[in-house]
Amino acid sequence: MTRIFQLVTAFIASLMVVATASAQEPLRVDITQGNLDPLPIALPDFIGQNEDTADRGADITRVVTNDLASSGLFAPVDPAAFIEDIENIDLRPRFADWRVINASALLVGRVTEQADGRLLVAFRLWDTRLEDQLLGVQYVTAPENWRRVAHKVADAVYQRLTGEAGYFDTRIVYVAEGRGVEGEPIHQLAIMDQDGANPSFLTDRSYMALLPNYSPSAQEITYVSFLDGQATTYLYDLETGRQEALFASGGRGTVSGIDPDGQSLSARFSPDGTRLAVSVETRSGHDIHLYDLRTRALSRLTQHPADDVEPSFSPDGEQIVFSSSRGGGSQLYIMNADGTDSRRITFGEGRYTTPVWSPRGDLIAFTKQSGGMFSLGVVRSDGSGIERILFEGYYVDTPAWSPNGRVLLFTRGEPRANGTRYEIWSIDLAGFNLRRLATGGMASDPAWSPLID
Amino acid sequence: MKIKLFGIAALAAFATACASTPEAVEEPIPAPAQEPVVQDYTPAGPVAGSVEHFVATAGDRVFFGYDRHDLTAEARAVLRDQAAWLMTYGDARITIEGHCDERGTREYNLALGARRANAARDYLIGQGVDPARITTTSYGKERPTCRESNEGCWAVNRNATTVLTGGYTN
Repeated sequence: MTRIFQLVTAFIASLMVVATASAQEPLRVDITQGNLDPLPIALPDFIGQNEDTADRGADITRVVTNDLASSGLFAPVDPAAFIEDIENIDLRPRFADWRVINASALLVGRVTEQADGRLLVAFRLWDTRLEDQLLGVQYVTAPENWRRVAHKVADAVYQRLTGEAGYFDTRIVYVAEGRGVEGEPIHQLAIMDQDGANPSFLTDRSYMALLPNYSPSAQEITYVSFLDGQATTYLYDLETGRQEALFASGGRGTVSGIDPDGQSLSARFSPDGTRLAVSVETRSGHDIHLYDLRTRALSRLTQHPADDVEPSFSPDGEQIVFSSSRGGGSQLYIMNADGTDSRRITFGEGRYTTPVWSPRGDLIAFTKQSGGMFSLGVVRSDGSGIERILFEGYYVDTPAWSPNGRVLLFTRGEPRANGTRYEIWSIDLAGFNLRRLATGGMASDPAWSPLID
Repeated sequence: MKIKLFGIAALAAFATACASTPEAVEEPIPAPAQEPVVQDYTPAGPVAGSVEHFVATAGDRVFFGYDRHDLTAEARAVLRDQAAWLMTYGDARITIEGHCDERGTREYNLALGARRANAARDYLIGQGVDPARITTTSYGKERPTCRESNEGCWAVNRNATTVLTGGYTN
């Protein structure tokens, strides 16, 4: 992917800020706690040089405000309360005016159109109590990329105030669900920005598409396609739209024990993007396999009469977590990435499924079914068996981590008269800030991209 | 004691009934409705060797318990009928679709549906059906017969459905 943003750092030097000595702690959102008092932040519209750029500035502020509010960690202050009218972002704001409306942070920005037609978006983030500039950055981009600039601004603010990378300049691939003319279910792959903007379909409605997963480069996805009438693992290039069945007829027939007509399921990338872990149907059930994307060789990692499904790599690529019914009901197991040393990591009541390793490494998200309900939870990856439930409902499936490991997307189903309604929801790792994702209609199986360059 | 008493009373009643002579009552007989004469060329029941015939004589689906993929006695009986039909109509080819209820996650159910389809397939092969005539697939929970959120519906959706894909009579 070509870099479409030019980060101009010289901007920071254009305004010298003298940090005053103070007993106060620097402004910081503590995201390690169960939380939380969201940080009040004032977001006046980015100013422009004319009516067009002023409108664009207001658009950008709207997107930034929505991003920060959606995290649950920030509380945008009502613009109706603003006292100071920001007219020049190169002047120090009247901090008292912002403190009195309880805005701890203030983000000001400016949009100008360059001679070459590109947009220059500059912004400063202020700590209103220390009267200290926390950030001063500007981006240059083609005008049509203004939304991505807005997400990058939100990511910069998030990172500066939380100390962790943001996740706003990302995309989400998911399954758009619907009903055909005769009421038949439709499952199409769709892609959109993290905030629901720019939605489009990746597959048509003539065949069922399920369970997408992103590559670490954000350029490819895997998914399960029913194009050939059988669940089959596909690789899909998001840049070119080209897709291919992996280890389909012939290719997988060369691996001993594999049912040449059997199904292959959801494939997840290794962190370095060179391999896939995938459950493939064998003569004796489903087993975890490794697929090398360079040599195109498939090798078997588990061999058990029970079904081993839903593999997911650890962020260091050394281990794989998967679910298996080898112990009776479905439970979660970790093994080394070469298939050795399998050990169980969940011990609770009910059926554990859909393990997904956190990008931070310490936790594994899962869904659990017990007592007629489904729940979304996280369990420590160290084998201690310590788990925490974040959400309980009628149906929960396919958790997906934000690239910074702070937020989980998941499929949530609720019973309705004409069948279960599926939607994608998000929740903070601490179990608060439950929100519905802005998909148009019914949706499931979210896959969250890494931060885009 | 009571039984004996009742017996005597019943006999007495019977004797009374025999003694009376039936009275002839004239009753009108309904006239036959005037119906057009139609020559019916379609035979009674489905055409032999057709999909409808398969469903009517063997049944096209077997059901499973919750989270189970083993065949019940009832399921085996249906599959024996399917095998007999398939032995009679030796050109017919089938796909067995495994289906699940919605009380399981997507990938888990795709695997479970495959096990259900394979259980039905293996039983048919055991009954003498040529494996080359059978393919299997799993739709997991994605193609439910019934959409309501209750156990009655879920039980219907836990099945292996045998679909004729070729070599049958249209």
